[in-house]
Amino acid sequence: MKDDKISPGVTSIPTMSEGQTIGLAKRIIPCLDIRDGRTVKGVNFENIRDAGDPVELGALYAEQGADELVFLDITATVEKRKTLSELVNRIARHINIPFTVGGGVSSVDDASVLLKNGADKVSINTAAYKNPQLINDLAKEFGSQFVVLAIDTRMEDDGEWYVYLSGGRVKTETKCLDWAKQAVELGAGEILLTSMNHDGTKQGFALDITRQLSETLPVPIIASGGGGTKSHFVDVFTQGKADAALAASIFHFKEISIPDLKGYLKENNIHVRI
Amino acid sequence: MSVNTISKGDNIVIIKYNAGNIQSVLYALERIGINAVVTDNHEAIKAADKVIFPGVGEASSAMNSLKENNLDSLIKELKQPVLGICVGMQLLCDYSEENNTPCLGIIHQPVKRFNPLENNSTEKVPQIGWNTIFSLKSPLMKGLEENCYCYFVHSYYVPINEYTIATTNYVQLYSAAFHKDNFYGVQFHAEKSSVVGEKILKNFIEF
Repeated sequence: MKDDKISPGVTSIPTMSEGQTIGLAKRIIPCLDIRDGRTVKGVNFENIRDAGDPVELGALYAEQGADELVFLDITATVEKRKTLSELVNRIARHINIPFTVGGGVSSVDDASVLLKNGADKVSINTAAYKNPQLINDLAKEFGSQFVVLAIDTRMEDDGEWYVYLSGGRVKTETKCLDWAKQAVELGAGEILLTSMNHDGTKQGFALDITRQLSETLPVPIIASGGGGTKSHFVDVFTQGKADAALAASIFHFKEISIPDLKGYLKENNIHVRI
Repeated sequence: MSVNTISKGDNIVIIKYNAGNIQSVLYALERIGINAVVTDNHEAIKAADKVIFPGVGEASSAMNSLKENNLDSLIKELKQPVLGICVGMQLLCDYSEENNTPCLGIIHQPVKRFNPLENNSTEKVPQIGWNTIFSLKSPLMKGLEENCYCYFVHSYYVPINEYTIATTNYVQLYSAAFHKDNFYGVQFHAEKSSVVGEKILKNFIEF
C-alpha cells in the first residue's frame, strides 16, 4: 500500500484509486465478562470510579476508540434474565457505539428482551449448536445483522479444528468450518471465533483457522483468543484476514491501550478508525 | 429534562413501527439532552417540530408495518424536517430491490443490493462496521470533518444522485446520506456512530 494517510481535517475528496484508507475499518472489540451485573476478571484502571461496573468500563473503552463492545454474561442464577436486561438497558443508555450481548440466549424471547433494551446484536453459542433452528428464527425475526454465532474451537492431534460447547467443556465431533458454514446458511450475520488452543496464551491468534473461515464465508469473522502483543493484531488482520479482533484481559490490565494499538495498526497500514 | 438540553423547545417525535432500533435512537437523543416521544399517533407526528424515522430490518415488512397504520401516506405529507435512518432512509426512495418493495417515493432513486461480483470487489455483504463519509454537504453535516467514521450495517444502498450529501465507498461509491426539501436520510446508524453520530443528530435537532 502506498503512503495514503488521510488525516482528519484533510478535505480533499478521495477517489476509489486512493485505496485502502477508504473502505471498511478493521474493528477492535474489548470483551467484558459479566456476573450478576458486574465485570469479572480483574480490571486495572485508575481513572474510573468503579472498575466492576461494566457500563463505566464500556464507556471508557468507547471513549478510547473501541469500535464495538461485547458483554458476555456468565451469571448462573434464575434471576439472570432480569439482571441482564436491566444491565443491557443501562449500557444502551450510556454507550454510543454498537454492542453485542452474549450468554444464555436460547430463544427468540430471550433475544427479544435484549433487543428491546437496546442491544445491537446477540451472540449465541451452545444453544444454537443444540438447536440450529434458533439461528434461523433469530435472523428471520430480527435480521442477520443481529445474530453473532460464537464458536469455541480447538485443534486436535489430527490437525482438525473441532467445535466445543458449554464454555469449552464439551467436545463435539463437528468440524469448525462445517458448523460455521451451516450457521451462515441459517442466517448468522457474523462469526465470533475463539481458539481454545490460543485463548489465554498471549502467543497470538489462530491465524490459519481464522483465515480459512474468513476466505470461505461471506460474513465478517471476529477473531478471539491469544492476542498478547500489538503485532499479534497486525498478524490477525493481514495473515488471518479477520474483520475484527476481540480481546479482554490485555485491555483490562492495560497491557495494551486501545489508542496505542490503533496507532500501531495504522503505522502498519491496517485501516482502523482513529 | 437534562441540564444540557438543547435550547430550542423542540418537540421531537420518533415514528413507532416495527423498526428494531427505536430504543437505541431514543437513548442516543437522550445522551445529547433531547427527550423524544416515540409514537405512531398521526396528530402527534404531524404536530412535531422534527420527525425521526428509524429502521432496522427488511424493507417489505417495514413498509407493511407502516401501511398498517397509514403511516406511509402520513410521512409523505410531512412538512417539518424528517430524518430517515438506515432502512428509514431507504424507504424514502422509490423502491427497494429487497423483496422488490415499492417504497415511499420521495427520493426518486432505487435501493439496490451491493453486488461485489459486478464490481470486481471481494467485499462481504452485508457491510458491517465503521466506514468513512466524504464529499460532505448540507447543514446536516455541519462541523464534521471529511472522512470521519460512521457505523454501517446494510446490504442495500442508495446510488449517488443529485440529493447526495455524503458519500461512502464500499463495493462502489454510494449515498451515505441525502437531502431533498425537508427530507434527510442517513444510511449509517447515527445513533451508534459515537461523537460523529451525535453531531449529526444535534445538527438535525438544531435546524
